[in-house]
Amino acid sequence: MLKSRRSLLSAIAAGFIVGGLALPAFAAQLTLGFAQVGAESEWRTANTQSIKDAAKAAGINLKFSDAQQKQENQIKAIRSFIAQKVDVIAFAPVVTTGWDTVLKEAKSAKIPVILTDRSIETKDPSLYVTMIGSDFTEEGRKAGKWLLENYKNPGDVNIVELQGTVGSAPAIERKKGFEEVIKADPRFKITRSQTGDFTRSKGKEVMEAFLKTDKKVNVLFAHNDDMAIGAIQAIEAAGMKPGKDIIIVSIDAVKGAFEAMMAGKLNVSVECNPQLGPQLMDIVKEVKAGKAQPKRINTKEGVFPMETAAKEFPNRKY
Amino acid sequence: MNRLPAPFLAGLRHRLFWPCVTLALLCLVNFYFNRGFFDIEIKNGALYGSVIDILNRAAPLMLVAMGMTLVIATRGIDISVGATVAISGAVVASMIGGSLVIQNGVQSYVSNVPMPLAILGALAVALLCGLWNGLLVAGAGMQPIIATLILMVAGRGIAQLITAGQIVTVYYEPFFFIGNGFLLGIPVSLYIVAVVLIALLLLIHRTALGLFIQAVGINPVAARFSGISARALVFWVYAFCAVTAGIAAMIITSNVKSADGNNAGLLLELDAILAVTLGGTSLAGGRFSIVGSLIGALIIQTLTYAIYSLGVPPEINMVVKALVVFAVCLIQSDALRAMLARHVLRTGEAA
Repeated sequence: MLKSRRSLLSAIAAGFIVGGLALPAFAAQLTLGFAQVGAESEWRTANTQSIKDAAKAAGINLKFSDAQQKQENQIKAIRSFIAQKVDVIAFAPVVTTGWDTVLKEAKSAKIPVILTDRSIETKDPSLYVTMIGSDFTEEGRKAGKWLLENYKNPGDVNIVELQGTVGSAPAIERKKGFEEVIKADPRFKITRSQTGDFTRSKGKEVMEAFLKTDKKVNVLFAHNDDMAIGAIQAIEAAGMKPGKDIIIVSIDAVKGAFEAMMAGKLNVSVECNPQLGPQLMDIVKEVKAGKAQPKRINTKEGVFPMETAAKEFPNRKY
Repeated sequence: MNRLPAPFLAGLRHRLFWPCVTLALLCLVNFYFNRGFFDIEIKNGALYGSVIDILNRAAPLMLVAMGMTLVIATRGIDISVGATVAISGAVVASMIGGSLVIQNGVQSYVSNVPMPLAILGALAVALLCGLWNGLLVAGAGMQPIIATLILMVAGRGIAQLITAGQIVTVYYEPFFFIGNGFLLGIPVSLYIVAVVLIALLLLIHRTALGLFIQAVGINPVAARFSGISARALVFWVYAFCAVTAGIAAMIITSNVKSADGNNAGLLLELDAILAVTLGGTSLAGGRFSIVGSLIGALIIQTLTYAIYSLGVPPEINMVVKALVVFAVCLIQSDALRAMLARHVLRTGEAA
């Protein structure tokens, strides 16, 4: 017992010495504490990887914590970042409320906080510097815009919609943005809309039912690629050609979508970019240098039509 | 009442009468809103139509409901079947995996492990899950709901561990046959259900197994005293239930060509329990009907299908579903029907 404690002490002492020696060499190196939600989806994993890679490339010392989708873990992580006196704290809040106390602690320790990917609800907006993430409404608008510009066939256009999980921010906002744009042309009508829970199996099941009930479906708008991929299987089973007989528009631009696009079965996927690492690192540096930031920064996101898929595929990281 | 012919009365009293009525009613509702509901065409050499969809999509639920029926018949319950589906789905997907290899513009598919081996492996893992449940319930004497709760909670974690938190996509064409293929125009998944059903019915009716299960469900102590090894029976019933979940996982995984540790088989345990209940099996154990559970599963899927084709706003899906289930349970309640009958008789006498 005594021995182990002694060795622990000496290890701590050694740590101090090494740290002390190393300090002058890295005097300018920033330390960023990042509290991630977890690893619940491919999207999230790509998000984590991008942040880790970008930190390395930008020469920022990253302290990374995985909250396993629990708020208390994230709060613990933020507290430990404060105790370690990191330069900047960034985190992707698991839920929207309940952050005031811990963020006040960060504020009184004079550590700026950046939110990524999801926002929070608070009465005191000075608790965080900025929020960087995807604008779901804009993604919906881009999907609608692509459709208006590229749908050439004459006559009425019957659109069926596969919504995301009921009540989730991406489902609500993507629907809103899409409807906002297609309103401009009375030919375009959403004839059926049902939730597919963002999953392949539900997307397929719902699309099967749609196809039996409605003989005239011209366009499918899916709130994410997974549902679109499921629906493609249903369309093929109905003896139709996805991408030709039914135009398919979806959002996320994950690898699976590119594979479907290369096979000519998906017409377009609007990017929802998890790779906000490089942008985050730039902002971290600017914040530390004292530059003012807008309260909301949108990630750079593209639109990938079928024709560009093969060229873009090798560059995709998620 | 005497004027009704005897076979008609017998039919009315048959256990499966009310579940069948419910199913027929739901089909009529579907038909009312979608005139093509009963149409069956042949497309690409396969039967194509709403009814086929419902049968095909209900296949995993039918399988799990069969296993669940036996568990419930022995006064047990297994709430870990959804997690078992996630685990064995993850196992089979990552064992087969396969990758899309593009060489000189030609796509080819490669499997990691030979497919039969992967399927056997996944089913073995499912069996392992069931043995664990059986051990806790029959061996350690734990309450079934608590014993299976352990795997229900841990299972999705295990599945995530296997898939490394990712959705594993399968790129190996032959595997797709299980969940998407057709034999003589009929979905392969239905053959699987039929095989399990026939095997189970033979076991139950041609051997004493059905009687044993019923005896254990009605009174485990009395069953033990009459020479039935109740513990072993209960143990293997859980094992069987998990294997049906494993088979369901093969269909689900193959159907969407991917394994999703988070969502595969989500809430399947509740649907299965509901299917068993709708089919007339008593949750208090003893009385059970395998065929009833199949009809229960079809009722659930037909209802889901109705919601899709009716254009119910997604926000209130669950409420509509709950209302129908509530109504169905009322129709099938003997006590309520007896009460109504008394009421009708009384008003009849008064008039």
